[in-house]
Amino acid sequence: MQKTDPNEMGHFGIYGGRYVAETLMPVLKEVAAAYEAAKADPTFDAEFRRLLTDYVGRPSPLYLAERLTASYGGAKVYLKREDLNHTGAHKVNNTLGQALLAKRMGKKRLMAETGAGQHGVATATAAALFGMECIVYMGEEDIRRQMPNVKRMELLGAEVVPVSSGTRTLKDAMSEALRAWVTFVESTFYVIGTVAGPHPYPVMVRDFQSVIGVEAREQILEKEGVFPDLVLACVGGGSNAAGIFYPFIEDEGVELVGVEAGGYGLDTGQHAASIVGGSVGVLHGTKTYVLQDDKGQIQNAHSISAGLDYPGVGPEHALWADLDRVSYCAVTDDEAMESFYELTLKEGIIPALESSHAVAEAKKRAPAMGSDTVIIVNLSGRGDKDVDAVIEMGAGDE
Amino acid sequence: MSRIEKTFERLKVEGRKGLVGYLTAGDPDVEASEARMRAALDHGVDILEVGVPFSDPTADGPTIQAASFRALQGGMDVKQTLALVSRLRADYPEVPIVLFGYLNPLFYYGYEQFCRDVAAAGGDALLVVDLPYEESDELRQHMTSEGLDFIPLIAPTTPTERAKEILKDAGGFVYYIMVTGVTGTRSADATDVKEHVERLRTCTDLPIAVGFGVASGEQASAVGDAADAVVVGSALINAAGEERLVELVDELHAALG
Repeated sequence: MQKTDPNEMGHFGIYGGRYVAETLMPVLKEVAAAYEAAKADPTFDAEFRRLLTDYVGRPSPLYLAERLTASYGGAKVYLKREDLNHTGAHKVNNTLGQALLAKRMGKKRLMAETGAGQHGVATATAAALFGMECIVYMGEEDIRRQMPNVKRMELLGAEVVPVSSGTRTLKDAMSEALRAWVTFVESTFYVIGTVAGPHPYPVMVRDFQSVIGVEAREQILEKEGVFPDLVLACVGGGSNAAGIFYPFIEDEGVELVGVEAGGYGLDTGQHAASIVGGSVGVLHGTKTYVLQDDKGQIQNAHSISAGLDYPGVGPEHALWADLDRVSYCAVTDDEAMESFYELTLKEGIIPALESSHAVAEAKKRAPAMGSDTVIIVNLSGRGDKDVDAVIEMGAGDE
Repeated sequence: MSRIEKTFERLKVEGRKGLVGYLTAGDPDVEASEARMRAALDHGVDILEVGVPFSDPTADGPTIQAASFRALQGGMDVKQTLALVSRLRADYPEVPIVLFGYLNPLFYYGYEQFCRDVAAAGGDALLVVDLPYEESDELRQHMTSEGLDFIPLIAPTTPTERAKEILKDAGGFVYYIMVTGVTGTRSADATDVKEHVERLRTCTDLPIAVGFGVASGEQASAVGDAADAVVVGSALINAAGEERLVELVDELHAALG
């Protein structure tokens, strides 16, 4: 299959587009035009690459997890170590790209929504680096369960605004950020953290995150001499997955699987699996798969991991799902927790709860695959932020 | 001539500015919201905007967010909203009724069916906050078949060329958003509004209504000066919650005379 790109209006097939208030249409066009100009400017790319290398610490290693592989008893499991990036997750790849664009556009203030806080931290980091103001919208529930990241954002000079509407999680943080953007549209650049939202964000974020897949593709050829049989990544909005999948789209032999958050289980209705368990709708500026009731009202998502706790998904994932180029599945809270502990104890790597979903899917699939096959799991972030929450949950079980 | 056209003709003859009133259907429950709408119409609202509640009203401030939430908690949906419109139409045959909301509930309902049902209920026009001109082709086709007007939103950030493009297919009236912001949170500078409205006059012959942030008769009179009508939403909802809806409508109506 050929690589997918949106048309001028940001449509990926029937998905994507720009479903926002008129107030934001001119600025979205400005951002899109500025991004096109930046892409064509070699100095922009050179500056972005320099930051990825010297500031983020790229390339991130592709690590053969031998003890995990032995324990699964099948395919070789490689981990793409985005957890080793500066700030501890893949999110910084995107925020540096967008902050560079904001600087190019003469904006002095960055704004972001955040769920787990990783994107908020990465945006606050970029703002500090470029000497910009930063304001981050975060649901009150997420502030509670990801307190270490709240402290980090504040240390970095960002203002964290608690959002108390709805379920007080990522969905509501994004709604509030969109409202704030309408208000501060002249002064502020909105740094969206995932491949969702109105055009050009889905394609722009994918492009900035594609460094993950480009590196992984080269690294696996160097180490194994072949392409991987399977690439796994967790999908909330879907930015780490888009980043690692996109460079493999044309490699027909490489199976790509996006792992959504199954929460308490798909049959309970308490999950965040928009593709596997949702239907087509319009949310936060884009047409895509969403979780909604039979009246077209958006439903609350549930996931143990704040970063996946979102009732929508990037429009390009919706298209990949329809084209059967990427398949999507769901992993429950319990399965993710089990893999969180297993990876921590077997490899000495504490993964983010988000990334633990992708690891859990590897555990399901690896045993049935031969020992000459290769899986790459995108380990999108580290779990330091989750330690308190995991301990709290463990205590609740006793 | 459509109800909207007739209304603006009448206003011109009377030498008045129109009062466009927004209330969320189902807030705080179906019966009370209907009673509020009837009271607003009885006291001089010229055009009624019936808010279709949505779970994620990203262009609305705290007041309309809370109203939508209350309505949804009470089980309000598109079907019941249309039934409400239908009951109002029976008693107010001449008043223009505009359905005002977000795209997803309409998309889920199905555009064709929705437009047919709105027309059958006696609705005149649709205003979909998160459906910009570029994405509106499909819905507009169905609206045209059913004789419904597509009310365009123009913002302070909309360039003149873009406004011309948007307004060439518009009907009914133009809704000019006076402030960059969400509903009911900021008030506009009347001089600024006048400049923008005059700029819009060069793009269209349609009547121009101005809204977002009008809370009193004084404000309505100031910003209404350059326009043909003034939209009031959040302030009506707040007033209704404090049992002074009728007083506010009377005040606004007097100020626009």
